Amino acid sequence: MTNVITNILVCGTGGQGVMTAAEILAQTAVSKGFDCKKSEVAGMAQRGGVVTSHVRFGKRVLSPVISPGTADILVAFEVAEASRWTDMLRPGGVAMVNTIRLVPPVVSMGLFKYPDDPVAQMRAAGVTVYDFDAGAIARDLGDLRLVNTIMLGAIADFLPFPADELEEQIVGRFRERKPAMVEVNKRAFDAGRKAARERAGADQPRAANQ
Amino acid sequence: MSVAVQASPQSRLLLSGNDAIARGVWEAGARIATAYPGTPSTEILESLSLYPDLYAEWSVNEKVALEVAIGGAMSGARSFCAMKHVGMNVASDAFMTVTVAGVVGGLVIAVADDVGLSSSQNEQDSRYWGRFAHVPILEPADSQEAYEMAKYAFELSESYNTPVILRLTTRVCHVKAVVEVGERSPHAITGFTPDAKRWVMTPGNAKGRLPDQIAREGKLQTLAEASPFNRLEPGSDRRIGFITAGPAYMHVRESFPDAPVLKLGFTYPVPVALAEKLAGLADKIVVVEETEPLMERDLKAAGLKVHGKDLLPRLGELTPDILIPAIKGFLGDPVPPASAYPKFEPFPRPPTMCAACPHMGVYYSLARMRKKVQISGDIGCYTLGAGHPWNALDSTISMGASMGIALGMDKARSEETKDKAVIAVIGDSTFLHMGMQGLLDIVYNRGNVTALILDNRTTGMTGGQHHAGTGKGLKGGDAPRVDFVKLVEALGVKPERIRKIDPYMLPVVFKTIKEETEIAEPSVIITDRPCVLSEFYEKIKPYRVVDEDCTGCGNCVNVGCPAITVKRSESKVRADGKVNQLKFTTIDTAMCTGCHMCVESCGPKAIVPAQPIAAVQ
Repeated sequence: MTNVITNILVCGTGGQGVMTAAEILAQTAVSKGFDCKKSEVAGMAQRGGVVTSHVRFGKRVLSPVISPGTADILVAFEVAEASRWTDMLRPGGVAMVNTIRLVPPVVSMGLFKYPDDPVAQMRAAGVTVYDFDAGAIARDLGDLRLVNTIMLGAIADFLPFPADELEEQIVGRFRERKPAMVEVNKRAFDAGRKAARERAGADQPRAANQ
Repeated sequence: MSVAVQASPQSRLLLSGNDAIARGVWEAGARIATAYPGTPSTEILESLSLYPDLYAEWSVNEKVALEVAIGGAMSGARSFCAMKHVGMNVASDAFMTVTVAGVVGGLVIAVADDVGLSSSQNEQDSRYWGRFAHVPILEPADSQEAYEMAKYAFELSESYNTPVILRLTTRVCHVKAVVEVGERSPHAITGFTPDAKRWVMTPGNAKGRLPDQIAREGKLQTLAEASPFNRLEPGSDRRIGFITAGPAYMHVRESFPDAPVLKLGFTYPVPVALAEKLAGLADKIVVVEETEPLMERDLKAAGLKVHGKDLLPRLGELTPDILIPAIKGFLGDPVPPASAYPKFEPFPRPPTMCAACPHMGVYYSLARMRKKVQISGDIGCYTLGAGHPWNALDSTISMGASMGIALGMDKARSEETKDKAVIAVIGDSTFLHMGMQGLLDIVYNRGNVTALILDNRTTGMTGGQHHAGTGKGLKGGDAPRVDFVKLVEALGVKPERIRKIDPYMLPVVFKTIKEETEIAEPSVIITDRPCVLSEFYEKIKPYRVVDEDCTGCGNCVNVGCPAITVKRSESKVRADGKVNQLKFTTIDTAMCTGCHMCVESCGPKAIVPAQPIAAVQ
């Protein structure tokens, strides 16, 4: 068996749930018997800064960091953050992007400009982008905190293990502590999968490691 | 964290380096564990505090932490102390002499270097301490090794009568990887046995022990040559052999899978004979180490021809994207392009204070009097006062330095600066760590300094740890709480020069700072509001901006609260021809906690209580 490594870069801003999403991906990989490393760059995560987490899994993982040009999947919780990490993707990798625009004070004050259309920028560079408003889906389902589950659902069909294994890892966390949240998280997960399929359109989905 | 605590032997867990070290320390039978929080080491003690049969504490600073651990080791308890790299500077006074005295119970010091400065004021290489103090250094490359080395370090310490440094970097501490854990082997505390020649380091006694210290280093050298943590991995591409340690090993192996590698874990004293063996397996040798060329120098001094910092950066991490172009360039191989896609660089997201952070009230006021003050800052969340929109900090050097530096600024005034008030700004945890002594110096030497102690009842920047001023201990139980007013009064600040204020009351903050800076003697202003992320914070009801009443003056924006954003800007030409930039704002009611600082800043009273948007579920 060749040592195929799956590289997933999760990005967003402090407080969005980037770490939790990465943790769930990593735990799923470990439960499937993969070796796994998960690296966090969050010096000032609680203070509105840029947050990324590198998740790598395969037969044997060496370096804990994803090198530029080698990420199979970029999971972006915020649209400008997606563009910030575009160069991390490998050719043929996919960007799963929540289209929410979180405008920091330095932008609202007029010191910097927020790009008009980061997704268009990425597409123009040849990146396969699946973009959708995860916040709107979460609101429809009744809880903004579901964005995390929606984003994980969206990448579920791009992973080297069945989608329901990832889903079980998510809902398993709620089953003991908040059983009332199990059903709504299942719906959120399915909604994420559906959103990604619907956004496929011109951008044909393909499993990241096939 | 609790997963590791409850894990039975042979469990396979995804653990951060910090959690893995905690498990290793506990399994080794350690009975005493101490630390002062510091990124990236903080979670080690938080994790250890959850294990049974072990005394764990937050100490007031790293020096005290190490001293407590030394006391434990002298008393025959396996003792552990954790700190970030700059913490070791603080602890070094005790460290440099305990290395002469030695140990009874194993003494292990985990020092975490923030390679790449994710959250530090400098980048320093703690492996220097091994050479400085003649003690061995162990360097794990991932969580599994961190766990194993933490266990082994105690045996090493006791067998060779030496403290041991476990040198970590951010990429060990904050990377989660798979670890297989074992079980605890209990080690009874033997108790303290008086032995003046050993423990009383008078010149005569210490002098008698120095030859042992030097002899020990020689024995450690022999041990390192045979250590199972040091291994030679042959490779088919003989053009370059690598000598490397820590996470850099992982980056080397990832980048050059076919190269011969000498992977070191027991890195000081450097196993020179092993390096000579590698020289027989490769045409050229490159030492890959973060950050200083320490092994490189030792190997060159031993007569080996090696490359290192002539090819690689001396700063930051040596990740594959750095290593591959440098080494391929050296070999004359084609260097592959890093990425097929461009690197877009949108606006920055500088870290900022949280919505309702009490520090904003102080910096809002300092920004208003900016031209009349020099502001000596310190290490903590309030260092963010140097940033936008306050720009109200002139210096940050080290923990507690705000006090001494302010006094130095006061004593070194020029014609231009003679009328400026000198202000020192420090947080509660940092003041107790190392600021008290500086304030005492200000009082004793009659400095004209106004010290602001921003008491938010937590150690904020590292994620909210308790300290001697919070009333709680590491495990969350009640603890004696420092009374800051009494403390600074005891240091000699006149009672009438000690003011305790609510940082949310902006006019009071401004007035109090103004009054105290106008009096030419030491004064202390203590602000008293808990950190919004702490257990002591109580949310009030959020506010909103009434659009019709907002004049666009922008005062609320200058508070710096991330819940306030500008939704519309407008240029307005005044009667005198000057142009005013108007900023009409809005408040994110989901983020707003009702601190009302912006209300205090709003002239037209356009900010009013909002009905919170029905929080969905």
